[in-house]
Amino acid sequence: MPSEVACIEQTVSLVTRHCLSGAAANDNLRFRLQVALAEALANAVVCGNHEDPAKSVQVEAELCTDHIIVQVTDEGRGFDPEQVPEPVHPEHIAEPCGRGLFLIRKLVDDVHFNEQGNSICMTLRRR
Amino acid sequence: MGFHLAKDAGGAVVVRVDGQLIVGNRQELKDLINGGLDKGERKFLIDFARTGYIDSSGLGALVSLSKRVRELGGELRLSGLNEDLRSLFELTKLDTLFAIADTPEQALANF
Repeated sequence: MPSEVACIEQTVSLVTRHCLSGAAANDNLRFRLQVALAEALANAVVCGNHEDPAKSVQVEAELCTDHIIVQVTDEGRGFDPEQVPEPVHPEHIAEPCGRGLFLIRKLVDDVHFNEQGNSICMTLRRR
Repeated sequence: MGFHLAKDAGGAVVVRVDGQLIVGNRQELKDLINGGLDKGERKFLIDFARTGYIDSSGLGALVSLSKRVRELGGELRLSGLNEDLRSLFELTKLDTLFAIADTPEQALANF
């Protein structure tokens, strides 16, 4: 997808529709996939590619019987996910930003990054 | 996707979020509320009964709007969160920052 925030909703809709078609999917799985993917795409477009129109974001989805794997990769330098502060710490609760990665970790069943930190892989079980 | 603006008989500005509240449209919501503040409005209700999902940018927009409204002596309330949407506020502990009602009617009572 292009590095444009205006494309995020459409991409989430497209991926969600394909990932959840033809298989039993409860509404909560749909919701978790939508929010986690929207977060990952926003991080890739804004923080990774800095909305550079010359760069793109790659989205890959692997559909398995009991789980879905979605990988989002940008063309940025990457970041260290361990350095992101905890947004629910009392001194950060009222901050206007910093909840994206936290939400992803809470909503998906497994998450990991590549060594460079510019690619996130999320696994959601069809529970 | 969009925002529907109305004014309650009691004087509160009611904004209904149709679709998503995400990084792509959060500025539009901020402009709506800030425009109301500039016109002297001080009571705001944002209703999510027709909302699909909210991302962290949308949550952040609500936090900064609530702060600005409070600084100007007003109040921003929320309503219509389904179980999934409410879980986002609980996970991030934002449910402790906002007055959240089940319905717009409940939120507007005693506003």
